[in-house]
Amino acid sequence: MSAVAISSLSWRRADGAGLVLRGARVLDPRAGIDAPHDVVIRDGEIAELVAPGSADPGELEPVDAEGLLALPAFFDPHAHLRAPGHEHKEDLETGTRAAAAGGYCGVLAMPNTDPPVDGAAAIHALRRRADREASVPVGFLAAITRGMSGEELTEMADLREAGAVGFTDDGWPVPSARVLRRAMQYQRLVGGVLALHEEDPELSRRGVMHEGEVSAALGLAGIPSVSESTMIARDAALAAYEDARVHVLHVSARESVEAVARAKQAGVRVTAEVTPHHLLLTDEEVRSLDARFKMNPPLRAEDDRAALLDGLRSGTIDCVATDHAPHATEEKEVPFEEAAMGVTGLETAFSALYTDLVVPGVLELELLVERMSAGAAAFEYDVPSLRPGNEANVTLVDPEAEWDAGAEGWESRSKNSCFAGRRLRGRVLMTVVAGQVAYRQRSFAMGVAA
Amino acid sequence: MKHLLAVEHLERADIERIMERAESFAEVGRRDIKKVPTLRGRTIVNLFFEASTRTSSSFELAAKRLSADVVSIRSAGSSVDKGESLKDTVATLSAYDPAAIVIRSPHAGAAELVTHWTEASVINAGDGKHEHPSQALLDTYTLRRRLGSLEGKRIWIVGDVMHSRVARSNILAFRAMGAEVTVSGPPTLVPRGIEALGCTVSYTLDAVGEADVVYALRMQRERMGESFVPSIREYAVNYQIDARRLTPRQLLMHPGPVNRGVELAADVIDSPNSLIAEQVQSGLVVRMAILYELLAGGERAGGPRARPEELAEAPPIGEPA
Repeated sequence: MSAVAISSLSWRRADGAGLVLRGARVLDPRAGIDAPHDVVIRDGEIAELVAPGSADPGELEPVDAEGLLALPAFFDPHAHLRAPGHEHKEDLETGTRAAAAGGYCGVLAMPNTDPPVDGAAAIHALRRRADREASVPVGFLAAITRGMSGEELTEMADLREAGAVGFTDDGWPVPSARVLRRAMQYQRLVGGVLALHEEDPELSRRGVMHEGEVSAALGLAGIPSVSESTMIARDAALAAYEDARVHVLHVSARESVEAVARAKQAGVRVTAEVTPHHLLLTDEEVRSLDARFKMNPPLRAEDDRAALLDGLRSGTIDCVATDHAPHATEEKEVPFEEAAMGVTGLETAFSALYTDLVVPGVLELELLVERMSAGAAAFEYDVPSLRPGNEANVTLVDPEAEWDAGAEGWESRSKNSCFAGRRLRGRVLMTVVAGQVAYRQRSFAMGVAA
Repeated sequence: MKHLLAVEHLERADIERIMERAESFAEVGRRDIKKVPTLRGRTIVNLFFEASTRTSSSFELAAKRLSADVVSIRSAGSSVDKGESLKDTVATLSAYDPAAIVIRSPHAGAAELVTHWTEASVINAGDGKHEHPSQALLDTYTLRRRLGSLEGKRIWIVGDVMHSRVARSNILAFRAMGAEVTVSGPPTLVPRGIEALGCTVSYTLDAVGEADVVYALRMQRERMGESFVPSIREYAVNYQIDARRLTPRQLLMHPGPVNRGVELAADVIDSPNSLIAEQVQSGLVVRMAILYELLAGGERAGGPRARPEELAEAPPIGEPA
């Protein structure tokens, strides 16, 4: 199946003048590039990589990038942009600004809005809004079932025709194996990836955090790891039987990593994602009873965290996804059990992973860079590449910069970050999408060549 | 100590200090005039979002015995039922400049949250299934009076551990005082990972004879509908404390209210082994001691509401108001 350009998703495109990123360390592990270059960006493409200081900017805007990393821009296959219906939490404009500030050149928006995105008209309307409001390309997933109630299939052919990039009931599982199987059969007709929130509600019901020592101590109802892994096993078996293409959203538990690995070994067409918070935090954080650490799936135990990291390294888990889930302050400033599930993530994903995994030497920078954009491939989009001739999707990062997350405010409309207040290392200074500057960090002096 | 939120935050020395203060209030309680002026002119708000008889009445009476003004608010009919958030309710009540807010909530962490929104001392009178520190302190006090010390004593906590804040606080308090704690109940009602609190787990009562103290928990009938136990009858067969299981040397406790014939047989409730009535009596003096510790105790951190000059003038306990 041939992939399509990220810039073909919906966004507010403009004509960029073109750029020269001078003297950056160009790092594209997939393309085998790691050397200082001037990156010449013209007509929305990487025109050429030349020796540092040798490019003549001419009409192009020169950007002093010495000491900075030029990376293939990131792609987030899993964000909640909240439109329509929950614009008090986020909308396409604020959500894509947050994405751009995090170094993302594309995001996929989940359909659990109000009303849910379960009809072609909703997809059309969202794409028109994104054409006006989105500073980076946005793809919209549609619901698998009408009203996300898990009972009847949406009009999947119409939705695909309208531009839905895939299907998901994210936020909820598809509890009925019969209904999910029908969706898999229909996928043969319409295409599109089925992105699955894996959770057996019979096992997780009323749970608000990971079931383990911490939930036992706090007296909070637990969500056992097996509520996730048993559903992955079920759906992998169904996908094998129907030869369906499935993507497992936000894997959180050791048993789940094992279930995905078994499915891949068996030849099931499955990809999987993991979030920064599951890679970096555990249920120990919940001892604070701070609702910033409440999300679904929940933060799990250290053993799970280690398994997720191993899974990301080995490729069992294909990509990093944020599951950016903005909520208003009043939805989080309540007792833990009452609080909304979810945390923001677009603006901190790279820096948090860089700070806690790359700087201490736990994860190679090359591997992180590769996994930050691999979500595009999972949904059949071109993975950003810095090799000349590719669409210019580039993120400039200062690997030495330190910043306090949230101290200068957020681009997102919401503040429910589990990294707020943390001192982070490595900062996105600029995001280029198809040659167009989607984001510049305020203090990053631009435009004047040294 | 500024707040009492969880036994988890208490050192053994804190517990012992409160026990000793409670002893002195017990002495006051034997006088004709049982009231002392310690908290005269100060306001205590009781904010109860769950039904409670003994805890709320005990806190109310404790505050009155210390001469505080008391406002008691229950969720039924209050602004909380009209959709007001906990934060706004606390902000409103804080306008009365209370010295302390005593809060009971069906949600874990509610008391802790309230500390961010008020300058008053906050006392957790039960937060969800998390903790119930004043209950643990009064239980510890009751046992100390009977046993002298908890050091090396074996205490079995029996029943629905999963849904019990009393169990969690008591495991921590009894452990802090040097006791060995075993929790016992059906595997469906003993949460995975509870051992991390420092107790051992036994799914049967076969070895309950080793216990110096048997602490029975309340078994709620609705647990049956949720498939935690197949039937109350079968539960009672396996876990009810009765005269057959309880030997004369063993002490029996229960946080109340008791389901007669479920977790406890009638013959043990009123037996000489039973400390249940003493627990209720202890509740009053221990809650007086908690209020004293937070509002008049010497080790209180000087927050904006600390009034050292007034505290210095406060008459010693024991002088009638």
